[in-house]
Amino acid sequence: MAESGHTVWTRKDLIGIQDLSREEIELVLDTAPQFVAVFRRESGIKKVPLLQGRLVVNWFYEPSTRTRTSFELAAKRLSADTLSMTASSSSAVKGETLHDTLANIEAMHTDVIVIRHSSAGAPHILAARHASHIINAGDGRHEHPTQALLDAFTMREHIRKRRGDPCAGLDGVKVAIIGDIEHSRVARSNIWALNKLGAQVTLCGPSTLMPVHVERMGVRMTTSLREAIHDADVIYALRIQLERQAKGLFPSLREYIRLFRIDNESLRHAPPHALIMHPGPINRDLELATEVADGPRSVILEQVSNGVAIRMAVMHLLVNSGRPA
Amino acid sequence: MSLAIVNGRVIDPASGFSEPMDLLVKDGVIAKMGGKVKGTQTIDAQGCVVCPGLVDIHVHFREPGFESKETIASGSRAAARGGFTTVVTMANTRPVIDNAGMVEFIIRRARETACIKVRPAACATKGMEGAEITEMAELKEVGAVAVTDDGRDIASSAVMRRVLQYADMAGLTPMTHNEDETLAEGGAMNEGFTSTVLGIPGIPKAAEEIRIDRNVRLAEMTGTRLHVQHVTSAEGVDIVRRAKARGVRVTCETAPHYWMLTDDAVREFDTNAKMNPPLREQADVNAIIAGIKDGTIDCIATDHAPHTPTEKNVEFDLAPFGIIGLETALGLVITGLVEPGHITLERAIALMTAAPSAICNLGAGALREGGPADICIFDPAAAWTVRAEDFASLSRNSPFIGATLKGKVRYTLCDGRIVYHD
Repeated sequence: MAESGHTVWTRKDLIGIQDLSREEIELVLDTAPQFVAVFRRESGIKKVPLLQGRLVVNWFYEPSTRTRTSFELAAKRLSADTLSMTASSSSAVKGETLHDTLANIEAMHTDVIVIRHSSAGAPHILAARHASHIINAGDGRHEHPTQALLDAFTMREHIRKRRGDPCAGLDGVKVAIIGDIEHSRVARSNIWALNKLGAQVTLCGPSTLMPVHVERMGVRMTTSLREAIHDADVIYALRIQLERQAKGLFPSLREYIRLFRIDNESLRHAPPHALIMHPGPINRDLELATEVADGPRSVILEQVSNGVAIRMAVMHLLVNSGRPA
Repeated sequence: MSLAIVNGRVIDPASGFSEPMDLLVKDGVIAKMGGKVKGTQTIDAQGCVVCPGLVDIHVHFREPGFESKETIASGSRAAARGGFTTVVTMANTRPVIDNAGMVEFIIRRARETACIKVRPAACATKGMEGAEITEMAELKEVGAVAVTDDGRDIASSAVMRRVLQYADMAGLTPMTHNEDETLAEGGAMNEGFTSTVLGIPGIPKAAEEIRIDRNVRLAEMTGTRLHVQHVTSAEGVDIVRRAKARGVRVTCETAPHYWMLTDDAVREFDTNAKMNPPLREQADVNAIIAGIKDGTIDCIATDHAPHTPTEKNVEFDLAPFGIIGLETALGLVITGLVEPGHITLERAIALMTAAPSAICNLGAGALREGGPADICIFDPAAAWTVRAEDFASLSRNSPFIGATLKGKVRYTLCDGRIVYHD
């Protein structure tokens, strides 16, 4: 059964982590390992028929390679048919509403719609009005739930390994998220997920890229990188968008690097066991120095691998909730 | 033909009258107030309040240019359904109302198509571009009652100073939309914890307060009149309160949604909770109510801003700003201000009749023998549910659809004609 303890998945959609209970998050995390095992099959047949005959549409309004590929692969490994739609402009610009566009896609009998959109709330308003299972693959600055789930999964795997406890959770784990918090849906979803799982989150970045009252989400805030990472179990660097500098939100890349880059120098102030994570794609040597990105503490590529398993788990739970895996 | 309105309670804030009284309407005017009246027709106003037709000095009727949102005809029907008999239309149509010909156009269309009195505001600057002031003396001559670039900020303090001085000479009320657009740029809701959680770019309160403060200081410097539109924040109210204490000739308005709702209404990404200025927070709602109670806020206006369902049925950040308000205003005033005991019914009616009329010198909002029979008859105790299909407006963009309100308009009379009947 798709359950963890007594939790049964009942949601039609995955829109955000904010709505989920700790039990629901743990259910997704506990569903993922069986799919990790699928990739490692000795038979070489890295596929299960759980979504056979289903249609999964990847509908991306923003450029994305990693997330789109990850969802596509997840769907294929569940034996679903997949369709990719990329849109260079929003439907409003073309004169068609978002609802109309989805109604047209749904007329082709879709089961799962994976949507990425530059507008916060786009998946939310669609989920309320359409029958397909909607998965939010990132909406504006709002949420990126599958990223937070794969991040929590990756952290949990490492904590379990380090502690030699196969049941360990994230309670008490200290996570420092570094960079442009204001524009980051990854940060928001991670804050919700980590808080619900009992971790302690510290945010660190330029004061101009810190959203107002973010501390009310239950996090610590600092503008000192050293303070943020000195006791961190996980150091999570966010991608710094180059256009933010052009808009005057920080003075120069040079100064950003001086204050916030994760490199061997700044890592001298972090515990030696601290993991390095990043949602990708990395601006090499900007927010993350090459020696760290490629170094022994980096689990960035594991995040990518786990991403496929987590997305398989999510699609499986949404479509087959309650049915045996 | 004559119409007797009997058994009602007449409330006329202009004269301070609030007693049971019968009225006789004949030839478009109030022929008789008090005593025994008899007409060829009778309205039994038992249990109802009979008051001056309501006045709204801030509406967008979208004509010319955006007739699928609203027209002067449909907007006037919405006004009548809300108990209003006089409205002041904003000038941000297409083309904008920045010359005498355009003012005359609005007046002609109102005469031809409106069931109530539509009085145009004109632009404060040519093309609403915030650079050159309009020909205000001529605008006044042909019938404009106010000047405003509502919807846009006048960025230049020098231009704003000239607007205030020149409007004063022309005898027009200058009304200001207060928004530092550089600070508000890209924002779609109030900047605060809710915008942080939702990831929607915010509009800080300071964007509004900076401009209220600047405009108040310019009015103080020039010694001229100023009307501040749609005040929404605690500090905005306080800037006006302090200015009044210094003797600045400033008045201000707020709209019902600013005391009924907070930015929490955005949580479901409902585009009917998107307007400019945006919904604020609970402390601001409390301050708006306090400002209404202590008289800092001079009148209630709706900022009736229609947009079609198609235009609003989009992603939150892409939706246009604005909600309709004429048909729910009285219910929201009674439900949100009178029922909880913040103000009396008499005071509420004053804020929607005599007070706004005085701000734009409209000569409306009062009941007197020989005066125009612009009358609103409403049942203050009647509860009703707001339903989208009942709106007389062409648009449906109200966050109050589904809400149950107290206070239902039964009849609206304009120049003695029944222009709305429940």
